[in-house]
Amino acid sequence: MNEKIRMAHGSGGDQTSALIRGLFMKYFRNEWNAAMNDAAVLPLSGQIAFTTDSFVVDPIIFPGGDIGRLAVCGTVNDLLTSGSLPRYLSASFILEEGLPMDVLESICVSMQATAKEAGIEIVTGDTKVVSGRGGLFINTAGIGEIDGEPFDFGQVQVGDAILLNGTLGDHHACILSQRMEIENDICSDVAPLVSMMKALKAGNVRIRGMRDITRGGLATVLSEISEQTHGALQIREKTLPVKDSVASFCKVLGLEPLYMGNEGKAVFIVDGADAEKAKKIMQSCTYGENAEIIGECVPGKHPVLITSVGGKRRLVPLQGEGLPRIC
Amino acid sequence: MNLEKMIDTLRDYSRPVKIMEVCGSHTAAIMQNGIHSLLSPNIRLVSGPGCPVCVTSPQYIDALVDCAFRPKHEVISFGDMFKVPGTKSSLSEAKASGGAARFVYSPFDVLTMAKEQPDTQFVVAAVGFETTAPVYAALLEKILAKNIQNVKMLSALKTMPGVLSSLCEGEDIDGFIAPGHVAAIIGLEPFSALAAKHRKPFAVAGFDGVPILSAIFEITRQISVGQARAVNLYKSVVREHAQATAAEKVERYFEPCDAVWRGIGKLSASGLQLRAEYAHLAIPWTEAEDVFIPSGCRCGEVITGKINPPECPLYGSLCDPLHPIGACMVSAEGCCANWYAFSGGGEVSCR
Repeated sequence: MNEKIRMAHGSGGDQTSALIRGLFMKYFRNEWNAAMNDAAVLPLSGQIAFTTDSFVVDPIIFPGGDIGRLAVCGTVNDLLTSGSLPRYLSASFILEEGLPMDVLESICVSMQATAKEAGIEIVTGDTKVVSGRGGLFINTAGIGEIDGEPFDFGQVQVGDAILLNGTLGDHHACILSQRMEIENDICSDVAPLVSMMKALKAGNVRIRGMRDITRGGLATVLSEISEQTHGALQIREKTLPVKDSVASFCKVLGLEPLYMGNEGKAVFIVDGADAEKAKKIMQSCTYGENAEIIGECVPGKHPVLITSVGGKRRLVPLQGEGLPRIC
Repeated sequence: MNLEKMIDTLRDYSRPVKIMEVCGSHTAAIMQNGIHSLLSPNIRLVSGPGCPVCVTSPQYIDALVDCAFRPKHEVISFGDMFKVPGTKSSLSEAKASGGAARFVYSPFDVLTMAKEQPDTQFVVAAVGFETTAPVYAALLEKILAKNIQNVKMLSALKTMPGVLSSLCEGEDIDGFIAPGHVAAIIGLEPFSALAAKHRKPFAVAGFDGVPILSAIFEITRQISVGQARAVNLYKSVVREHAQATAAEKVERYFEPCDAVWRGIGKLSASGLQLRAEYAHLAIPWTEAEDVFIPSGCRCGEVITGKINPPECPLYGSLCDPLHPIGACMVSAEGCCANWYAFSGGGEVSCR
């Protein structure tokens, strides 16, 4: 059973059909795609959020996850940032000739499980085959239903609290370790944050906005949010959770966790009066046990880090290139 | 003394002083820890010549580029040398135009390459200070032991005491945060000699916030009471004397030579060249003293502590990390690159 993807699997003919029926439909079948029409017909009401993302991570399987889980989580978490509840997902596969069929199957299994965990349905998709080195790329697009009002960082004001749901830099350090063949126990944090968001909403936490912390890291995300907020986002280095293994890894390579990408971490800005409640709720959720209040919105303009020795450092977006193909 | 008390003293320091952090890693650590915001406006921190890329002369780059275009030659270098401008082109531009150059994470990679491509003459770009010189000495040892015929070295290695002495001769720097990694190899002694000769305090320090504040505190304390000696605040790594094995290895293969420092000029006995008996492993090259500096670039004044990067007219406008004009913007260790990275091209202080 060493079957591999061949160009014929992307021809649109028999073999494409066999691949879809034999593999994709085996794992992704649901009431929206069962008829295998070219377009899914979906019931929706009110405002929707719509987003897309492409995934090119290398390696495609890494400690803590794989490109399939990443492709679901990336889009799901992007939908959450709008204040919507993720509902439907498309999945487009660009497969490279020579990709082992069992690898593709393991990625489909992972996507199915992650979609189920996130409460999102994979309703449509596409397959292409290109020549290459036996890898794959995935594009996902997602639709979420807005529940109440969409989030708006323009509502952030002085006194609001900044929370982070866990340790920084895990995904980035994991991929970099794999790429550099450095042996350690660092795992990617790739995870969907749907249940955490639902719990915060159910707890009546007044969320002003939320952003997942991917490429560019927390510093870049805070710089971008700051364009919209009234007031400066100030965080304290001492409160930033970073795993010891990731901290040592960063130190050796001269990297800063503040600028490293994650795939299951988000910064939440909430009404200051709800900060403690939000922290408790987050800590009680899966993927939130290390949640912390990391700072607050203060008068001013630019995001600032209070360093561990008490110095003030202005946070600026990542300069130049980070590591390519981490997501 | 506890940290709070030390910071209080530094915040209220009333005498104008200029302190140089010699090493690029210290510049980055100062920015990372927001040290500027904790100091009295009377304490001015300036950067020094402790980034190897920043002090490499354009003629050296020209020599590498020349090798890259020689038939059956390939240049091997660390990645940060690739973007440094020569008088005509950088190594990176040379590569794009058909020159042969490869970047490596370890110079020892050349040993495998030499075996796999016996018909190629590999040229190792040896750039760095006392910290890096032992690595190249160890590489030469391997090349000789294995009798490898197709690897040669083009050395622009430099040493710190000479350039620090020249900076001390200028009046305006009051004290130095000495380079911790270099001190780990050469020991405290050379800094004690500099301190005694030039009547300036030196503090050898590690690279976290507290050690850096301690170094600044120690330097200002000495200035206040009229002392001038070298102190070791990095005792876990730095000893009184030189690291014997490393020093012996470097001495076996290299000897001091005059070297041209970009932005500073020629300093006697401040470089390392291969000893005459190993001349067959060296690519000879000549350095002109009139170092070519791009119009408007004030890198020379940045690395001698005369100005901070925002005072250069090119900084942040024509010169940024994606389009570096001066060498200080090329290397991640460079002063201008550090200022840019931590300020987005503006001022770093948020006092």
